[in-house]
Amino acid sequence: MRDVDPDPVDLNRYDTRAEAHAYLDDLTQLPAEDVRKLLDVGVSTGDGDRAGTFFQMDRSVVHCKTTQPGVEILGITEAAARHEWLKDYLWRHIQPDQDAYTAHSRQLPHEGYFIRAEAGVKVAHPVQSCLYIAKQGFAQNVHNVVIAEPGSDLHIITGCATAPHLTSGLHIGISEFYVKKGARLTFTMIHDWGQKVDVRPRSVTVVEEGGVLVSNYISLRPLGTLQMFPATYLRGPGAVGRFNSILVASRGSRLDVGSRIVLEAPDTRAEIISRAITYGGDIIARGDLVGKAAGIKAHLECKGLILNDGLMQAIPELTGHVPGVEMSHEAAVGKIDRREIEYLMARGVDEETAVSTIVRGFLNVDIEGLPPQLQAKLDQAIADTQKDMM
Amino acid sequence: MLTIEELKVEIGGKPILKNINMHVPAGETHILFGPNGSGKSTLMLTIMGFAGCEVVHGKITFKGHDITHMPINERARLGIGVAFQRPPTINGLKTRQLVEICAGERPVSVKDLARDLNFEHFLERDVNQNFSGGEIKRSEILQLLAQDPDLVMLDEPESGVDLENIALLGEMINRLLHRGVKYAASVSHLEKKSARPKSALVITHTGHILDYITADRGQVLYDGHLCCSRNAREILQWISQYGYEECFRCAM
Repeated sequence: MRDVDPDPVDLNRYDTRAEAHAYLDDLTQLPAEDVRKLLDVGVSTGDGDRAGTFFQMDRSVVHCKTTQPGVEILGITEAAARHEWLKDYLWRHIQPDQDAYTAHSRQLPHEGYFIRAEAGVKVAHPVQSCLYIAKQGFAQNVHNVVIAEPGSDLHIITGCATAPHLTSGLHIGISEFYVKKGARLTFTMIHDWGQKVDVRPRSVTVVEEGGVLVSNYISLRPLGTLQMFPATYLRGPGAVGRFNSILVASRGSRLDVGSRIVLEAPDTRAEIISRAITYGGDIIARGDLVGKAAGIKAHLECKGLILNDGLMQAIPELTGHVPGVEMSHEAAVGKIDRREIEYLMARGVDEETAVSTIVRGFLNVDIEGLPPQLQAKLDQAIADTQKDMM
Repeated sequence: MLTIEELKVEIGGKPILKNINMHVPAGETHILFGPNGSGKSTLMLTIMGFAGCEVVHGKITFKGHDITHMPINERARLGIGVAFQRPPTINGLKTRQLVEICAGERPVSVKDLARDLNFEHFLERDVNQNFSGGEIKRSEILQLLAQDPDLVMLDEPESGVDLENIALLGEMINRLLHRGVKYAASVSHLEKKSARPKSALVITHTGHILDYITADRGQVLYDGHLCCSRNAREILQWISQYGYEECFRCAM
């Protein structure tokens, strides 16, 4: 298994208890500084441009609401009570004993979200969810299930953050996603954790015939350690999986991030694109494409920049099990090309501006399906991060 | 405008330009001829200030300022602009953004300029990403039009450009140099009136560009030396008739 953790977390260091937080009818009731953190990870406190909201603070579901018929948003405990069949979706593709974090999460679950689009339902606006750690030193263990029923179109923006000033915490997220026949799931995850927060998501997605999964992951802010290697199985013919990630590591941050896509059925397509910048931290950017059927196409593109110092390791892997697979990868690790800097300087900008223009371009992966406001927010976040890098 | 005195330049310790003396007066267009590897591009990159072109002797003066060791961007701000032959690709930076960078504080309609160059469809493309030879030329000229330098340096502006586009390119270069041409609709009357010819240094191999622009003088660079300085068309004729070596011998 790839989930070998280079930075094992001592689970005993974290507290698994937290006081319950009261339910809020309206997210605007939150303190202003918390609201600001939510906005930073793409979660808006109004209802206007969202098909629904799920908000969990520590172990409590604090807000949960849907504004579009056919879109169900619940805490996982309530969802399991309401739907007898949900048990078939829980722990179906993730083994509780696969590692210590998963086992810990199984043993001491703290909610998580259940988001489902009924067959044929297309969301007009994204659903947003937020997993928030407010208590210093808390270990948050969530279990999430997303189901895009046949022919549905579901877009989820999930922001994970910690309260301002919080430095230590552990987030373990078990996520099982199901993209059924002809459905489309766009899942955008934005992380903004505290300085020493450890993060261990464990995710599996199964995509059926003609289904599309677009997964975007963005982590620009400092954190402690992050290790994840979500797996996606393209199980039905014509299924598509696309992963984009933008990673920035500052000094003290260690990110080991990758994705695996297993192309099990004919004519499935997969693409993994990652852009990573370190300015003092460590990044391991992995990508693993496994072709098991004829007529599949898969491509992996992994580019890393080292500004000043830091470690950048790109590990692309391609495995073809049968003839007739078409798989490729492109990986590059380096510094900014001097010629690019001088080219821009010849147009009248100073060296610093030239470098920041190139860095912004490097991180400017066109992320599918982002609402314009969130795209603008992301551009701003990249610009802000840049100031720290220079 | 531009004066070069006893210039010696090395690249990686290897002498490339051996003793260059040159003067480009205000409003004149000079053509630089020379075989491959004679140092033409190096001369341009040295005038622009690129790292790697190490000035070991001599002096470059522009508009009365000694720019020999000035940073690239300050030279650009003083009014030197270059159209590169093989510019780098910059991923994620849109051509429109780069043209805006070139414009700086000047009010420039990027869209109008791009339309005049038949280049509108490329504005949202990443800078030089998979551009053909001709597309690179148009992109470079578009950037220079926005930058509006007083000394324009063009490195083989006609290479890789198809016949259909070379006339358009010639016209846009003339516009860049403020040489009497018909102006497109986007040029204001004031702009036409205030337009005094710019200085230019143009590298050409084939001389095709001479059909479209007016050259005041030609110079031949051979093995790191400037030899022969006279009418550009005459030089071109001699080179095509006798070759560079003969041309160089004549100068001795």
